[in-house]
Amino acid sequence: MSAALHSLAALAAGLIFGLGLALSGMLDPARVRGFLDVAGAWDPSLVFVLGGAVTVSRLGYLLSRRLRGPVLDSRFDLPARHRIDAPLILGAALFGIGWGVSGFCPGPAVAALSTAAAPVLVFVVAMLVGMALHGLLPAAPMERSRSIGTAGGSGNRRARGSAST
Amino acid sequence: MNPYLPPLAGGLLIGLSAAMLLLLNGRIAGISGLVAGLGRPGSARWLADAAFVLGLILGPPAFALLAGHWPEMRIAAGLPALALAGLLVGFGTRLGSGCTSGHGVCGLARLSLRSIAAVLVFLATGMLTVAALRVLA
Repeated sequence: MSAALHSLAALAAGLIFGLGLALSGMLDPARVRGFLDVAGAWDPSLVFVLGGAVTVSRLGYLLSRRLRGPVLDSRFDLPARHRIDAPLILGAALFGIGWGVSGFCPGPAVAALSTAAAPVLVFVVAMLVGMALHGLLPAAPMERSRSIGTAGGSGNRRARGSAST
Repeated sequence: MNPYLPPLAGGLLIGLSAAMLLLLNGRIAGISGLVAGLGRPGSARWLADAAFVLGLILGPPAFALLAGHWPEMRIAAGLPALALAGLLVGFGTRLGSGCTSGHGVCGLARLSLRSIAAVLVFLATGMLTVAALRVLA
């Protein structure tokens, strides 16, 4: 569809996401690790970050259920899978270990590229390598993209796609 | 000022971004998925995904412009540890179909059981890792 509008919306959303990360303190790995440090001097501020983010995100999701489709596209591209399986658990576990070691998750790390700090570059390059390594796995099941029309009951145009979250 | 006000305000902005991307483009704001997708140019969504990532990178400079200072960033881990962590985060988020944004901000908002499970697992291993490093240190 209109690629320019799409991209403009995505640019604005990305900018707001990055501003939010910077404002929230999530760009500071020491603070993130302070949140994970439940056995030490626990810093609860990430509860407020996640709480605020999930609340507004939930409102957006509820609103989306009342719409026939997104404003600039034909369908909502939502994850279709519902089963809690071994790759999900193993992947989340590995991610958590890396998150705990570094204090970085993908959003803040990518946003922090703008600081051009060497440790950030090292982390992001390694992260991209890790992603590429996963791409080499045979038959990575989440890469299959399908979009079959109606799901979700009330005539919403909700695609069962492979939107990787 | 209340120390939890900036985290809350930042969180609200992150949620607003996720809501915008869903309502306008029909997309889940999952950073690991968007970034990994950039490695497959030619897909219909490539340009929009690249625009989101560009916006994300411009976020901290925009903050610096508005606030008059860069956001604080204290990195304790050394480069080898960061490289190992990056590998784990990259591989793990692809295997597990998401990270703090996709599973956390978006998945929890949809009350997705997969996302709730993923968030509980990565919070648990993250906390265990920090605790283990504290013991070793």
